[in-house]
Amino acid sequence: MNPANAEHLARTIRRDCLQMTHRANASHIGTSLSIADLLAVLYTGGLHVDPAQPGWDGRDRFVQSKGHGAAALYAVLAECGFFPRSWLETYCQDGSPLFGHVTHHGVPGVEVSTGSLGHGLSIGCGMALAAKHDGKAHRVVVLLSDGECDEGSTWEAALFAPHHHLDNLTAIIDYNKIQSLGDVKEVLALEPLVDKWRAFGWAVREIDGHDVSGIRASLSGLPFEPGHPSCIVAHTVKGKGVSFMENRLAWHYKSPKPEDLARALAELGEAE
Amino acid sequence: MRTAFFRELLDLARADDRIYLLTGDLGYSVVEPFMEQFPNRFVNVGVAEQNLTGIATGLALSGKIVFTYSIANFPTLRCLEQVRNDVCYHNANVKIVSVGGGLAYGPLGASHHGTEDLAILRSLPNMTVLAPADPVEAALATRAVVAWDGPCYLRLGKAGEQPIHTDVPQFQIGVPIELRSGRDVVLLSTGAITRNAFLAAEKLQQQGIDAGLYSIHTLKPLAADWIAQVARETKTIVTIEEHTSIGGLGGAVAEVLATLGPPRARLVRISLPDSFQKQAGSQEFLTRGHLSVDALVRQVREAVQGI
Repeated sequence: MNPANAEHLARTIRRDCLQMTHRANASHIGTSLSIADLLAVLYTGGLHVDPAQPGWDGRDRFVQSKGHGAAALYAVLAECGFFPRSWLETYCQDGSPLFGHVTHHGVPGVEVSTGSLGHGLSIGCGMALAAKHDGKAHRVVVLLSDGECDEGSTWEAALFAPHHHLDNLTAIIDYNKIQSLGDVKEVLALEPLVDKWRAFGWAVREIDGHDVSGIRASLSGLPFEPGHPSCIVAHTVKGKGVSFMENRLAWHYKSPKPEDLARALAELGEAE
Repeated sequence: MRTAFFRELLDLARADDRIYLLTGDLGYSVVEPFMEQFPNRFVNVGVAEQNLTGIATGLALSGKIVFTYSIANFPTLRCLEQVRNDVCYHNANVKIVSVGGGLAYGPLGASHHGTEDLAILRSLPNMTVLAPADPVEAALATRAVVAWDGPCYLRLGKAGEQPIHTDVPQFQIGVPIELRSGRDVVLLSTGAITRNAFLAAEKLQQQGIDAGLYSIHTLKPLAADWIAQVARETKTIVTIEEHTSIGGLGGAVAEVLATLGPPRARLVRISLPDSFQKQAGSQEFLTRGHLSVDALVRQVREAVQGI
């Protein structure tokens, strides 16, 4: 997990996700492509984790609250050696541990199962609180979708973390501005999103969620303000990296057909 | 029951620093001793039960034994998906405690009537469901859930219940407790209403009906083999619960009996009706038609006489 390889890893995650969703005839390729760069940086030094000891007590806890981006998480875990790459071929297949929403059972490296939105930040609060009480130095990072910010429970947790000074907790929002049935601003406007988190007591930074060095710089600056939880609003593009999927709602649902897959892989270029 | 629970919890927390108590901003005049003695292990998360349950899961996944405390349906139905997906799916060591099971908060209205909780919680994989009969059992159940690794739901009455037990019985999750033996009919009761069942059994005795009574303090895992055995050895089983007629103790026992061939006991289920309360009133007022001592005596007598 050499930090220099984040861009290469992100491309590999995207290739994996395309092949996984194609093979499984599965949805959510757009959302997986949206978070590939964030995950690539997290798993090349952004998080302190060890594939050889997934349950190591000192590990940073990563909670992917947007469970529908499971393909991307499984891909990064496999590429980093938490489990064999061959498992990716079983994604959503009969008998596989790799469900279409993030699942921890039998999947090394997955901290928490998600899938219903609005659960992850609360669990992250509990983990961060435990770490504080126990005097442990590890961090808790929760990745949320923008649509997930519709959930009341997200804001329950957003109130809690600053009140308890959980500066070991970081929320990253994958702000690709498209949710399940349309544009965020059309479905249920979140703006001014940064101001909302700031008003709740979070130290907030806005970044380009596809700029590897910018992502790394923000993660290395945690916590942004001692005594406050950190929030990274990552501006992203749904379907990023595949021109005909970018900013297209349909790819929240559609699975790449053979011709789509070939075209997308050609655009991304070779893994090596 | 509430008092017995907190007394026991304080005792347990003194011996085990993994024990946390989280409340959704309820417990005035009862949570304070815990809060004062273990300020780091007490968290009032505010009026936010979904967050309460998620935080409890995060703490439990970090090695803590976490009690979530609230009243009636707030720690269960309000956050049912967090209970299912976060607590149960992760088999997290979270103990959900609800005070005011059944109609204990009668005058406060239907929002505060916990009358479907047993059915709903019982249906969740990995969940253990307890409804102790009196303060003595409530204390024992509190100790038992701490020793039990995994999700538990503890349904308590409110305060001031008279104990049924005169000494401390053996308490094991999943094992019914005999309160009386009797050969004419076997009464299976759960939760605080068991006090009425006990008094009814004494009255029945005076009327020449010898009723056995057992506290089914554990709805899940249910003592299915034991119930099957009882069903083979007796003519009539009567279940008694302060809960809707659907899916609680009566439903659970019916599930067992339905799998048995003859000969087996006839089952009579005494419960609350499948409806909301529309009049204000005390627990006694609201349960009088079904679960008062006299109503129980009448229904059990009819059951024994095959009416």
